[in-house]
Amino acid sequence: MDFDTQKKLVIVGGGPAGLAAALEANRQGIAPDDILIIERDRELGGILNQCIHAGFGLHMFGEELSGPEYSGRFIEDVKKAGIGYVTNSMVLSVSDDRIVTFVSPEMGFVRMKAGAVVLCTGCRERTRGALNIPGTRPAGIYSAGTAQRFVNMEGYMPGKKVVILGSGDIGLIMARRMTLEGAKVLRVCELMPYSGGLARNIAQCLDDFGIPLYLSHTVTEIRGTERVEGVTISKVDENRRPIPGTEEYVECDTLLLSVGLIPENEVAKSAGIQLDRVTGGAVVNQYNETSVPGIFACGNTLHVHDLVDFVTKEAYMAGASAAKFVQNGGKFGEDDKDCGEISCRATGGVRYIVPQKIVKSTKAPEELKFFFRVDNIYKKVKIELRCGGETIKSVSKRSVAPGEMESLVLNAADCAKVYDKNAGELEITLVQNA
Amino acid sequence: MTTKTLTCIVCPVGCQLEVTLDEQGKVQNITGNTCKRGYAYAETEFTNPTRTLTSTVKLTGSDTDILLPVRTASPIPKGKLFEAMTVLNQITVSAPVKIGDVVCADLVGTGIPLVACKNVG
Repeated sequence: MDFDTQKKLVIVGGGPAGLAAALEANRQGIAPDDILIIERDRELGGILNQCIHAGFGLHMFGEELSGPEYSGRFIEDVKKAGIGYVTNSMVLSVSDDRIVTFVSPEMGFVRMKAGAVVLCTGCRERTRGALNIPGTRPAGIYSAGTAQRFVNMEGYMPGKKVVILGSGDIGLIMARRMTLEGAKVLRVCELMPYSGGLARNIAQCLDDFGIPLYLSHTVTEIRGTERVEGVTISKVDENRRPIPGTEEYVECDTLLLSVGLIPENEVAKSAGIQLDRVTGGAVVNQYNETSVPGIFACGNTLHVHDLVDFVTKEAYMAGASAAKFVQNGGKFGEDDKDCGEISCRATGGVRYIVPQKIVKSTKAPEELKFFFRVDNIYKKVKIELRCGGETIKSVSKRSVAPGEMESLVLNAADCAKVYDKNAGELEITLVQNA
Repeated sequence: MTTKTLTCIVCPVGCQLEVTLDEQGKVQNITGNTCKRGYAYAETEFTNPTRTLTSTVKLTGSDTDILLPVRTASPIPKGKLFEAMTVLNQITVSAPVKIGDVVCADLVGTGIPLVACKNVG
């Protein structure tokens, strides 16, 4: 395929993942003007620009920053380092030989050959359409993140009497935000028998303002012609099916949906990258490299994170790997010979594992990190990593929940053990009643 | 003696605290906290509960932003949150502005300043 121009490293997306990947690649020796961050929005910073609440940066900085403060530090560093970036620019596709096609007000239509690409395209919100809520289609139904942008950046109030479906952190944060700005949040409904949000957000976003949380409840009808006039709320059974006779009509003018996030992978698909059906993100190896050599992925585009701090750390890894790939001509180390792969299998209550595979080289690595989520709330469990019939590592946990990402780190000795097994597979599993 | 439970909001762990109060409402004992900050939180929560307020104020003079995110430099009394919001709604800041710039020196008589959370312009 033809191209107009070249860069050593192109980063798709200028949110927390993109900023950290760029900074780390630069620290690893890629010159700032050999890097280009392509950002779709009018400014760098990604979703953090609208997350004006505090709570970011506890792991990275030991303090609780607001979203713009957290991203502001990385934006500052990117600007100081002189790393290249364009805003208001949209990546249309990336080919499997790493030609990035994008449009930009300053540069026009560009086909740029990249030595390596890091995909940092974040995620999207699930919508009403994904839930198939019956009823009419009036104005006043928003995803929580859209409402957040309206309130915190664009200066619009989406409504006055609000029902929120979904008790993930975004839903809880928006319940407080809408209340502070003068709306009446009537209730937050949650399909599951537990909230997906942090306990402290239930305390400081709902309890502080007397907003009731209805667990095992969902919206079963939306009413209104021009504007939302009300919603019907029903209790659900253990199979999450609405229970007839439990319907309750709640008058409101706004319904906010905070019902899950899906990794954004349109660009990844254009490159023919293999996706994980559980995470919705790319299948990657321990270098955060996708199934297409030289294309890396990190942050919410890979799997949805709870904390931006972990996005930053993952992006550092991806940025370092991309730098190494460029510098070593497509290799990650000098002893990087084709020694096969170990695939990582999630079993017994573990929903997914990232990375999905380990690419072996002649020498075992110093460290391997695995990130995963469980499929339900479990108390008193052991998380076990097994390989070739042996338990390599076992960690006891008081409780695990789907809303909290878990991790497991293998040290050099454990990595060597995994290598010695010569198995094509390892698994991470939960063992109950530890 | 009465026992009350509350969720610690100091960090994302969200410990469930059990607080024992005497007849005068004074804190006698706190359990369930896994760090010192949890103990301190439970104590202030029963004497003078405070929260960090984050919101926005009107911004002029920027091509991109019409709102400036702001926060209280430290937590303010919980009971003053809505009074503080009415004050915030009257404030206009003009760009350029830097993170940490004081937007209001003494928010609703708390002595606590309101500071900018974003670099603009």
